[in-house]
Amino acid sequence: MLKLFASTYDFLEGAFSLLRSMWIVLKHSTAKRVTVLYPEVMPKLAPRWRGRIVLTRDPDGEERCVGCYLCAVACPVDCIALQATEDEHGRRYPEFFRINFSRCIFCGFCEEACPTYAIQLTPDFEMSEYNRQNLVYEKENLLISGTGKYPGYSFYNVAGLAIKNKAKGEAENEAPPVDVRSLLP
Amino acid sequence: MTIVQPLLVVGFVLFALLNMASLLIWIERRLLGLWQDRYGPNRIGPWGLGHVLADMIKIFFKEDWTPPFADKTIFVLAPAIIVLTALTSFAVIPFSPDILIVDLDIGILFFLAMSSMGVYSVALAGWASNNKYSLLGGLRASAQMLAYEVFMGLSLMGVVALTGSFSVKEIVAAQENLWFVVTQPVGFLIFAIAGIAETHRVPFDLPEAESELVAGFHSEYSGMKFGMFFVGEYIGVTLISALIVTLFFGGWHGPFLPPLLWFFLKTLLFIAGFVLLRASLPRMRYDQLMTFGWKFMLPLSLLNLMATGAVILIRN
Repeated sequence: MLKLFASTYDFLEGAFSLLRSMWIVLKHSTAKRVTVLYPEVMPKLAPRWRGRIVLTRDPDGEERCVGCYLCAVACPVDCIALQATEDEHGRRYPEFFRINFSRCIFCGFCEEACPTYAIQLTPDFEMSEYNRQNLVYEKENLLISGTGKYPGYSFYNVAGLAIKNKAKGEAENEAPPVDVRSLLP
Repeated sequence: MTIVQPLLVVGFVLFALLNMASLLIWIERRLLGLWQDRYGPNRIGPWGLGHVLADMIKIFFKEDWTPPFADKTIFVLAPAIIVLTALTSFAVIPFSPDILIVDLDIGILFFLAMSSMGVYSVALAGWASNNKYSLLGGLRASAQMLAYEVFMGLSLMGVVALTGSFSVKEIVAAQENLWFVVTQPVGFLIFAIAGIAETHRVPFDLPEAESELVAGFHSEYSGMKFGMFFVGEYIGVTLISALIVTLFFGGWHGPFLPPLLWFFLKTLLFIAGFVLLRASLPRMRYDQLMTFGWKFMLPLSLLNLMATGAVILIRN
């Protein structure tokens, strides 16, 4: 008898739980839908969203990239290709800089590897193309005229390197170089 | 006139059903979306209705592939059977007092026979695919249909006993004042559960359980042959909903609105119920399904029949 009661209770409990879950689902008829209707409504992208990759310039308008190849090395899918070169003052810059976005996985490793904040990922994903070749971006497609996420930063202003308009020791927080041949303290 | 009118009725029923089947794809996706806080298909046409057309075009242009290891004749035949049996069952369903293809004396038995024939489709599809998962799906389907067919018939006997006729039209006529859902609530519940199992939809979709059997009996099907299973399933859903309405919810009876509209509205309500079940309930385990069928539903339907018989005897 007790067993019968127990199984009846189990049955009723089960039936109730089924009806309850159906009711809970039915209540969602009036709930707000979470879908963002994308082409009509732009989804909100965070400032650090990892999208289209750009090359930034320093506050003086010069290219930040120094052609160190660290981004190309860090890239897990080998989609970055560049060739470093120097101008007459010894400032390094990329001769060409190519990102194949049909391979890029937007992992952001290049941005992490970059010592000069030159390469940055931006909150933009609308880069579909009908022609695959159009997804290969050259330097002129990648370079932007601004500084991106790090407005005041200029690599050569903190690096102890002599280039045009700046001799050694003139950078920020930098002492003039020591003359090792002098005996004066 | 005498030959034209039945043809018109048949044409109307076919038109309504086939449109209903393709429309149900859209209805189901929209309703599931609604209950899962999404939108579902809403891009093409008003409310995304154009998706129905797009889906049809897509499925017609898909490669209709027959695997080389399959039993070709049966493989092609199987999807046709399910659509055929489901469509034929509709012959006995009265849409309104005038729109009824054939008023058989054995209407209910005809429906039961036809829906039992439907199991051949699934079992043969599973067998002809020559694939372990498909065969398992087919096996499950046949065992499930056997188990649920038995008390599906028994649950309807209460209604038949109360009406005193197997004719569906007379059953509807007998509900003019009081729907049978009031006098036969247990019969309704049993029939509804058996109907869900019959159309093998969630929570009884064991024959095509995606998480264990790939896609069950239709794993090897593609293109329009798969589409036939799809259409067959949706016509089955419509059939069970229409039958619930005719047998327990007064068929075309209803105030103010024309009978045909009442019938469609009630049927749509139960179709939405099918979708709600799919949106909310998980799939049962196979042994639970069989235990539930044989050890609980069958005795319950017998008890229901006995009680109904006793009441009728006492009243007389």
